[in-house]
Amino acid sequence: MELVVFIITAAVAIIGAAAMLVSRNAIHSALFLLLNFSAIAVLFLLLRAPFLFAVQLIVYAGAIIVLFLFVVMLLGAERAEDERDRIGWQRPVAALMGLLLLGEALYVFVSRGVSAAVPPGSEDFAAPEKIGAALFSSYLLPFEITSVILLAALVGVVVLHQREGGAAPEADPLREMSTIAPEPTRPQGG
Amino acid sequence: MVPTSYYVLLSAVLFTFGVLGVLTRRNALIVFMSVELMLNSANLALVAFAQQRQSTAGQILVFFVITVAAAEVAVGLALLVTIFRSKRTTNIDEISTLKG
Repeated sequence: MELVVFIITAAVAIIGAAAMLVSRNAIHSALFLLLNFSAIAVLFLLLRAPFLFAVQLIVYAGAIIVLFLFVVMLLGAERAEDERDRIGWQRPVAALMGLLLLGEALYVFVSRGVSAAVPPGSEDFAAPEKIGAALFSSYLLPFEITSVILLAALVGVVVLHQREGGAAPEADPLREMSTIAPEPTRPQGG
Repeated sequence: MVPTSYYVLLSAVLFTFGVLGVLTRRNALIVFMSVELMLNSANLALVAFAQQRQSTAGQILVFFVITVAAAEVAVGLALLVTIFRSKRTTNIDEISTLKG
């Protein structure tokens, strides 16, 4: 039964990834990627990882995809890209190398044979309370370091969005494209 | 029970799709999405091995990978928006100089 669920979820993940690659519209690609992330979350649940199932849905499907969609819509990037490549042989060689990589993975899988089924050990080795206990005792230092990484990312994003000194806000192309009402004129003598 | 090698094979297939996306597409946002797909396939392999070894540490590593990937996506998209301000294009073939 678990095998049936795995096969269906794996098929959904692969179809989502393939459709993301092939789609001409970037918004469709983001939505297919969302489908792929949700399928991977279900696979986490099959792998006895309920905490990661929730984290994957919250962080990846709930925040990262939304961020991608915001940027796609802000930049107007959903238009189709050019059909011509700068380097003519890029796509055939990329397809060939991708096929080689896939062939290698299949070869290793077939030659090594299927690994033995995991004996049904404890079902809750990764229950959230155990993950929490380990995270705040043995892995406290990496946990604090990730908070510094997130702070660095936050500061970096704010710095990147600052304009050069002296540039008028009205000259910002993003402001031109925005559909939000323009800000009112500044009061005189302010 | 599903053997671990099935999960690892699925992870390899998804990784290959990510590589194809990075090599083939020229919209910078699709390239970012393909990189996220590769990260997810690696996470899937890690969780599969963590289940095989009944290890909590493997899943904590995946938690950290997800966190760092979220920070990376935020900064990468901010960079892309900044580049778009001056170049007005998301085609990576046209963002070929080091000048901002």
